[in-house]
Amino acid sequence: MTSKLAYKETFDCVQCGYCLPACPTYSTMGKESHSPRGRINLVQMASEGKISINEIEESMDLCLGCRACETACPTNVQYGKILESFKEVKAEQETSPLASRLAMQKGLPNKTILGAMTASLRIYQSMGVDKLARKMKLLKVLPEQLQAFEEITPKIEKPDKKLRASVLSPNGEKKASIAFFTGCIMDVFFAKINDLSIKLLQYAGCEVTVIKEQTCCGALQNHDGDTETTRKLAKKNIAAFEKGNFDYIVNSIGGCGAMLVEYDVLLKNDSEWSERAKRFTDKNKDVSVILSKLNLQFKKELNRRVTYQPSCHLTNVQKVTTDPIHLLQSIPKINYVPLPAGDMCCGSAGTYNIFHYDESMEILDEKMENVKKVVPEMIVTSNPGCHLQMCLGVKREGLASKVRVAHIIEVLAEACGIE
Amino acid sequence: MVTEEMLNQIKSMIKSEKRILTEKADLVSYAYDGSFGSYLPDLVLQPLSTEEVSGIVKTANRWKVPIYPRGRGTSLSGGPLPVYGGIVLDFSLWNQKLTIDRDDTVAIVSPGVITAEIDRAAREFGLMYPPDPSSAHVSTIGGNLAENAGGPRGLKYGVTKDYVLGLEIVTPQGDIIRTGGRTIKNVTGYDLTKLIVGSEGTLGIITEAILQLIPRPQATQTMMVIFDDIVDAGRAISSVLTSGILPSKMEIMDQFSIEAVEDYEPIGLPTDVDAIILIELDGHPLAIQDECHQVEKVCLDVGAREVKIATDSESAAKLWKARKLVSPAIVRKKPTKISEDATIPRSKIPEMFKRLKEIKTKYDIDLVVFGHAGDGNLHPNIIADKRDKAEMKRVEQAVTEIFSTAIELGGTLSGEHGIGTMKTPFMEMELGGAGLEMMKRMKTAWDPLNIMNPGKIFPDSKDQRLVLVDD
Repeated sequence: MTSKLAYKETFDCVQCGYCLPACPTYSTMGKESHSPRGRINLVQMASEGKISINEIEESMDLCLGCRACETACPTNVQYGKILESFKEVKAEQETSPLASRLAMQKGLPNKTILGAMTASLRIYQSMGVDKLARKMKLLKVLPEQLQAFEEITPKIEKPDKKLRASVLSPNGEKKASIAFFTGCIMDVFFAKINDLSIKLLQYAGCEVTVIKEQTCCGALQNHDGDTETTRKLAKKNIAAFEKGNFDYIVNSIGGCGAMLVEYDVLLKNDSEWSERAKRFTDKNKDVSVILSKLNLQFKKELNRRVTYQPSCHLTNVQKVTTDPIHLLQSIPKINYVPLPAGDMCCGSAGTYNIFHYDESMEILDEKMENVKKVVPEMIVTSNPGCHLQMCLGVKREGLASKVRVAHIIEVLAEACGIE
Repeated sequence: MVTEEMLNQIKSMIKSEKRILTEKADLVSYAYDGSFGSYLPDLVLQPLSTEEVSGIVKTANRWKVPIYPRGRGTSLSGGPLPVYGGIVLDFSLWNQKLTIDRDDTVAIVSPGVITAEIDRAAREFGLMYPPDPSSAHVSTIGGNLAENAGGPRGLKYGVTKDYVLGLEIVTPQGDIIRTGGRTIKNVTGYDLTKLIVGSEGTLGIITEAILQLIPRPQATQTMMVIFDDIVDAGRAISSVLTSGILPSKMEIMDQFSIEAVEDYEPIGLPTDVDAIILIELDGHPLAIQDECHQVEKVCLDVGAREVKIATDSESAAKLWKARKLVSPAIVRKKPTKISEDATIPRSKIPEMFKRLKEIKTKYDIDLVVFGHAGDGNLHPNIIADKRDKAEMKRVEQAVTEIFSTAIELGGTLSGEHGIGTMKTPFMEMELGGAGLEMMKRMKTAWDPLNIMNPGKIFPDSKDQRLVLVDD
């Protein structure tokens, strides 16, 4: 059982502690056991049978998986691998579903908020993440704070069917041929952003193809230790995108993009798929990377004080850091102000803010302290999870009327006169 | 060792139970630091006031339980390891106090403040806190004070102890005392401040420090000097320092570290050379511009192949990148890194390099050398795999020889990492029997029960040797 843990990888850690300042949970919880170095040590000890999986579970479960520690690490420890190996082992070991156990462990809150549950469920069911949805149902009673999510859950918008037609021609001369990855949550709750991404790409000179056979990226299943399902989804996507000869496969979802660029790692030991996966990942790019290469022609000024909250997986996994900022700074009249400790996770982290609400809100509160220092009129995001969390943060601080939360695509489209 | 009665007493004096850690997952997380060895504590406490610390120490005295102060556990010598079990005092949460007094040019800090934060706060007043250990963005000032941390800027500005004016200490008996004050000049009685700084937590626990700040230099200038022969590099260092110029940093990289970096991430370093020295000058922009050209001339005169001068902060960062990449580059080969800091007089740098090369061959180990060349504080780093016992045995022997070589050349076991657990077997070699005995007497006078960070500095027995791997 424990042999599946990424034991070998734990030895790459020299315990220098350089990851500590990068870790949001170390900052909010203030304990070594909630730091990357601590967690790596715990996995190593569990592999050696010196501590049980149950004993390290709390520490591991409360990791956001933001992987900022990988960026900070001077010795290239593959923390993501170590964390996922734990999730996988735990998922196999699980006798009672996580959610019901959580409900029991944390004590049942006194108020049932069906609305909140429905809202969260809607999100996860829409993604086809059945297992997660079941977990949510098993919670039966949800913490009353979850009402917060009901209030920020966006209304379902229907994607523009014309823009999901298979091949869309570029405005003017064709500069690149692109396959667009829509994502599942994105195309239900943020279909508008996908629409705008496609239009922007066309505007910048790309021929855009939306492949019907594409499916969920598998990120949430992977974070939940369900590697089997993740691999199936990966293969389906790889096969789907092999249908055409594209220069790039583009998405506007930091979290999904991070999963897509790790398909090669996921399928490394699969002789039939490893090379196909490598070709697929090499072509995957965040929309900001492509747009910043294409010299966008802006038509409008944006006379606003704007800050940017990067998606952790865009930064730490896809290693895309400067492109979104350069794009924002290139908008005429924009007043871009860097967010202090912007690289810190906002606490959204997939389903973290639902399963670990209190811990997530502590992290969000730290984030908002930094936001308040900047006093922005707009917070720009690059991933739907962060987007919702920032909406929640703004609301909790009573700033909803003063600060707009917008996806970078919305901001760029606006400045390019695209609606 | 920690009884229920004792724990109850501790609970009565620590305000929040959240800061009393007894779960196994927590205890194993305070069993290590940045060095070697793992020792399980019985209890971890996270104090937030001098009164709490005093109370804990008094309790520990009553039950004769050892106490180990700990910052954020970046020590490379085993400073905070709970060698004999007992209580780890984790000071990382106590970071609330960071006051800059502009008129007195001092900073007053609580022990958990991150070292780099002090310099950042000082910068706002045009001031500087010079000590800059490479872990400054992680490490706490408490740990830096206990270990007397150094850093690249030590060449020009000295080390932690040179910036400590006063301390608040909880003695091994639990009494609260203050040493020094907030003046530069202070000759009232013994200088306990300097005694405590660098005593590795064996004489008392630092709960507050008054640190001296200095005016911040207006500008910096970086340059890289490339040498075909390491002996020329050694001569260049001496020539620069006798030409009326004191650079703020002079960092050296040997051929193996240059090769490792180029293998890892090609940044255009020449791999057919013996050594590279990175130099940083600081001061008035016009002055350092002039000094920069003087340094260039001096280096070329003693046989440097090439001098690269940064034209802006971006190109400076690019030059420093070479040094930053050494760590990730060298651990790619094997995961275990043994970072030593044996220090020698500046004039012996070429000789030390030669001897290190011989040690590398003799014990068939992967050894690279980089470090603070200007002050002779080299960092021979051995790369190994701690699961390979035969290799680790050879590493133990090599490290032992590195220490004896440093002492033979008139140097010291440790320039800035501290003795901790790792270097205790070599203390007598450097200090002599009587010298070590005098130190022991001081320890016994201060801490007769030996409850304050036991197992550090002093060897347990005469024939103790360095152990990196279990037999």
